Amino acid sequence: MAIKKFVVGNFDDENVLFPAVKRVRSAGYKIHDVYTPYPVHGLDGALGLRQTSLHTAGFIYGITGTTTALTGISWIFDVDWLMNIGGKPHIPLPAMIPITFELTVLFAAVGMVFTFCWLNKIAPGVKKHVFNPRSTDDIFTMVIECTEHTNVEQAKAFLASVGAQEINEQVAEDGWWWGTYDKEQVLYKEELA
Amino acid sequence: MKDQFTIPARLKTWSLALIAVGVLTLLLGVIFLHPFNGGDTQDYGTTRFWAVLIQNSTFFFLISVAAFFFIVAHTLAMGGWQTALRRVPEAVSGYMYIGGIVLFVVFLLYLYVAKDHYIYTWKTPGNDKELLRKHGFQNPTFFIVSSIIFMGVWMLTRTLYRKNSIAEDNGAFGDRSYFKKSITICAVFAVFYAVGISSAPSWLWLMSIDAKWSSTMYGWYTFASTWVSALSFIALFVIYLKNQGKLEYVNEEHLHDLGKYMFAFSIFWTYLWFAQYMLTWYANIPDETTYFGIRLWGSFRPIFLLNLIINFVCPILILMTRDNKRSWTVVTFMAVLIIFGHWLDFYQMVMPGPLKDHAQLGWFEFGILAGFVGLVIFATAKQLEKAPLTPKNSPFLKESIIHHT
Repeated sequence: MAIKKFVVGNFDDENVLFPAVKRVRSAGYKIHDVYTPYPVHGLDGALGLRQTSLHTAGFIYGITGTTTALTGISWIFDVDWLMNIGGKPHIPLPAMIPITFELTVLFAAVGMVFTFCWLNKIAPGVKKHVFNPRSTDDIFTMVIECTEHTNVEQAKAFLASVGAQEINEQVAEDGWWWGTYDKEQVLYKEELA
Repeated sequence: MKDQFTIPARLKTWSLALIAVGVLTLLLGVIFLHPFNGGDTQDYGTTRFWAVLIQNSTFFFLISVAAFFFIVAHTLAMGGWQTALRRVPEAVSGYMYIGGIVLFVVFLLYLYVAKDHYIYTWKTPGNDKELLRKHGFQNPTFFIVSSIIFMGVWMLTRTLYRKNSIAEDNGAFGDRSYFKKSITICAVFAVFYAVGISSAPSWLWLMSIDAKWSSTMYGWYTFASTWVSALSFIALFVIYLKNQGKLEYVNEEHLHDLGKYMFAFSIFWTYLWFAQYMLTWYANIPDETTYFGIRLWGSFRPIFLLNLIINFVCPILILMTRDNKRSWTVVTFMAVLIIFGHWLDFYQMVMPGPLKDHAQLGWFEFGILAGFVGLVIFATAKQLEKAPLTPKNSPFLKESIIHHT
């Protein structure tokens, strides 16, 4: 994936962050993401993110599970190896329901976990660039992506004017990123040291 | 006044018209269905008359109790989101008094005046060993006494809660003593509701109709059915008030949560329905399968299957998406559908035992239903009038206003 340049502004107050997000967006900057210590209600709306399609995926995985269970059980007991248990009729629907339910939940849950990881680009072994380690503690980190038209100094000044406490510039890989860090990159961690 | 509800003329006309339909149906029923007939052979008209009254009066009474349980559960769990709309469940539970009186009169008349004994067959056990064995539990005295105890405590706690809730409005801002008192009241109600809905009232009022059959799931099943209907009623009244321009703090976020409740508890109901059905089906013991046999293979079959479609398939498919739960139109439609569905559920809980293979779903059933719906709407509207629509001194009001799902 491409290596990009980012301007990072850190906020220490949720109430400053919200108007800042609106002003940064209306000024035409492209917000890469906002990292918060806890889920901030309404921030996805303020950022203009579209609704996740995770639940649609979940529904599809669910009905896949239902179909798998129903066809699987009926094929096993009524086609492949005909078996009569307890004198019940063939294709005993009530007896199949618990397993169908379990398989529906299993498919939906496991499928959604993997889809979630894929949508968020996380997986075991994948290294993600951390823009500010304190964004898991008490700092709200807004990351603006720089395009070729972006004037970095202006962007920094603008972030300061909307209330960012600490502003810096970082170069990072966005998206999937297997392997080690690039030598050229000055990481936030190293900057601190 | 945005906070004060006055009954609009249209609501009054319509609810009174519905009550009039109900009363007219009742009179026609008295004339044509001979409620006080007796004799050795069963008069299905007589049985139908009483069974329909028992079905409707228990159903709507238990809904009003469940509506109060809505407040109780949230008070005890410190659930703040519902505070802005709390006056609505409070008002729905106000039907408890008139509904309780109707229910009690129906029981007294059936147990002591009517000669029909095909609904509560334990009324006259005769020489039936099975009925005599259960006679210590299933007898008119125990029935009436336990009903008085549970209905009495339910109504008393509701009265105390309501009084306290209105006193909080008139008290000082930030005075938490009212809230603390409401926790005590709610805790008392919760105990009596838990014991009541899952034992004596539901077992005696409804399960003893099939006197020789028993199910440990039955109380929960009754609870789930009335609870999801109560949630639908609350949603309907919230939407109605919102349409009238009231309840300014209630928005899609609150509707979304009510929709989630309706969705979740429809599935909970199905879970209990299935748990009860599958064990009976699997064990295949003649004593137990008679209950489902008469519902599944007789003239009740269409209602039995329709019940599952309305109460499970429709809610799970229609209320699944977020957009539908946030749509006032869809939630209104689903609330009406769920209430009707659970009315049908109560119908198939009550009717097949007494009526055997003579399923009837006609003028009398729907007329009485109309009467009870009118009564619930009118009683609730009357209660809504009596207090401001926003509990302005509740400690959780702000949490409710900024609620975000």
